Amino acid sequence: MAKQHKAVALISGGLDSMLAVRVLQEQGIEVEGINFYTGFCVEGHTHAIRNHDKDKQKRNNALWAAEQLGIKLHIVDVIEEYKDVLLNPKHGYGANMNPCLDCKIFMVSKAVQWVKENHTNGFDFIITGEVIGQRPMSQRKQTMPIVAHESGADDILLRPLCAKNLPATKPEIEGWVDREKLYNFSGRNRKPQMALAKEFGFTDYASPAGGCCFLTDKNYSDKLVDLWKGRGSRDYEMDDIMLLKVGRHLRPKPDYKLIVARDAGESKFLQGYRKQLPSIQVISHNGPLTLVDGTFGRDDYQTAAGIVARYGQGRDSDEVEATVTIPGQDVVTIKVKPLTSEQVREEWHV
Amino acid sequence: MSEYELDARRMLCPMPVIKTQNKVKELQTGDILNVICTDPGALSDIPAWARINGHEFVGHDQQDDELIITIKIG
Ligand code: SF4
Repeated sequence: MAKQHKAVALISGGLDSMLAVRVLQEQGIEVEGINFYTGFCVEGHTHAIRNHDKDKQKRNNALWAAEQLGIKLHIVDVIEEYKDVLLNPKHGYGANMNPCLDCKIFMVSKAVQWVKENHTNGFDFIITGEVIGQRPMSQRKQTMPIVAHESGADDILLRPLCAKNLPATKPEIEGWVDREKLYNFSGRNRKPQMALAKEFGFTDYASPAGGCCFLTDKNYSDKLVDLWKGRGSRDYEMDDIMLLKVGRHLRPKPDYKLIVARDAGESKFLQGYRKQLPSIQVISHNGPLTLVDGTFGRDDYQTAAGIVARYGQGRDSDEVEATVTIPGQDVVTIKVKPLTSEQVREEWHV
Repeated sequence: MSEYELDARRMLCPMPVIKTQNKVKELQTGDILNVICTDPGALSDIPAWARINGHEFVGHDQQDDELIITIKIG
């Protein structure tokens, strides 16, 4: 019997990767999925921290997609390794802090490594849902060979949705896959994908507007750049990137910033950081929990607590009482006049 | 057959799933794993992960803010 060739698919959870997998499954190819967690991935749960998003589907799109496809999914934590991709992208950034091309190369190279490790189980090639011209930075005609080459995948990287517009790859040349039954999608028009989705009976799939991660979001990118500026170094830990997703961020002074919860859900989430970071809480009225990130001293208490008070129910009072908690020190109670909305300067908002 | 516990408190999804996946690699068929988490999203993700990878989701228990999700290794 001829050897069964298996493929590993990069699964983002979006429609394109689902289609790519199903196209190969239709040809009788066994596929397993791989998904990389960089820390910046957009997935329902961090949105769900906020109260008003509670009703949103709390599902991980990659897992959901894998289940629809009936494939196994390996989720790989690449948080540490990804730092170098984000901090030093050889090919630069997209519209925001998204290093898409380097990111793709990195992910495909990790898949190459996985294929090598699982070669004895029959894995020979990699597939992605990439489509030429779909994304301005990473999915252009010129970048397709760059991804294949720099990742080390070369001719074992197959893009079923646009394969007919690209040179034949090993799985096609060797006849493991029938090139005739692959596609020639290109450009930003999503109609062909939608039509194919319909043909395969896919409904309710995720369709991320900008990209697959927070780095394509302007607001998020601005906060990340502000964090680096505030610290005087371009580095981050997992907690930093989680906190950038939560709350209202204000930097009244270069040395520190405030992370003000926007609702009870966020307050609860921020509670978890009180042992690590200084926090401010108005106690005479209801108000949001606020964390302080940076160098924060006694001289800053009044301004900081005044800002925090602005976002609580005591905002119109002459004076509110607040506590400042520095981990490992006694809690300090202060009285402060809430700032007016004019006093909270526009440029403090990150 | 043995029973194991995994602490995934304060982790946000998909970290509890990744930790579960990595722990399961060390376990044998029939073993029981109790994952303790605080992210409610884990309640949809860990069972989904178990289903697609051939393990059994036995059930879950809620204690205050903590969720204990039990799976049986397939
Ligand atoms: S959007 Fe984010 S995850 Fe997707 S390719 Fe770009 S940098 Fe990578």
